[in-house]
Amino acid sequence: MIIREIRDNNKLTLAIKGRIDTATAPQLETAVKTKTDGVEQLEIDLKETDYISSAGLRVLLAAQKSMKKQGSMVVTNVNEVIHEIFEVTGFLDILTIQ
Amino acid sequence: MKELITEAKIDKLEEIRHFMDRYQEELDCPMKPQAQLDIALEEVFVNIAHYAYGEDDIGGPCRIVFDYDEETKVFSVEFTDSGMPFNPLAADDPDTSLSAEERGIGGLGIFMVKKSMDELEYRREDEKNIFVIRKVLK
Repeated sequence: MIIREIRDNNKLTLAIKGRIDTATAPQLETAVKTKTDGVEQLEIDLKETDYISSAGLRVLLAAQKSMKKQGSMVVTNVNEVIHEIFEVTGFLDILTIQ
Repeated sequence: MKELITEAKIDKLEEIRHFMDRYQEELDCPMKPQAQLDIALEEVFVNIAHYAYGEDDIGGPCRIVFDYDEETKVFSVEFTDSGMPFNPLAADDPDTSLSAEERGIGGLGIFMVKKSMDELEYRREDEKNIFVIRKVLK
């Protein structure tokens, strides 16, 4: 997994390339924890991601919870496979998908 | 039928996935069930790696048998471990209607497997856990 970081004032985009699975989810968790100080808008761009397992969902849930305290989080460019996973797990209601 | 003898450790996941991918390519598996099986394989295997041998990711033997029935088009993956009795199907499903604040982090993996597979089976035999996932390839 490669995480690209794009900053624009208090907005941060983390563009993820590759799979978010048990092996790679901790990498995303660390990025969210260490890079969001002072960030009010966090965007998780999944354009180049076509796989997410429960390990990845847990990181997104934690990120959503922590961002709610300091601003907001959106998840963008969700493909069909991931959209369906969000749907069956109830994550469509938890996350803001754009 | 293809068999893989491995260790129930997270770092074996990639090797197992490639093993299944190669088999599915031989079968010309459609993309959607392939993606669902990919996730189910990870969830079930990680569950075994985390819980079967007592300590998190300590490792222990795990046998995985992949099979395809041409008549019924059912693709199956059978996981066998010699760890402590553990029935993943016994856990309650997470409440997917709860808000982010209320949602816990447990039980999501097996829930995803339940939702995406056509049939799941758990049995305890000869001091072993046997867990089978089945998916019609269509």
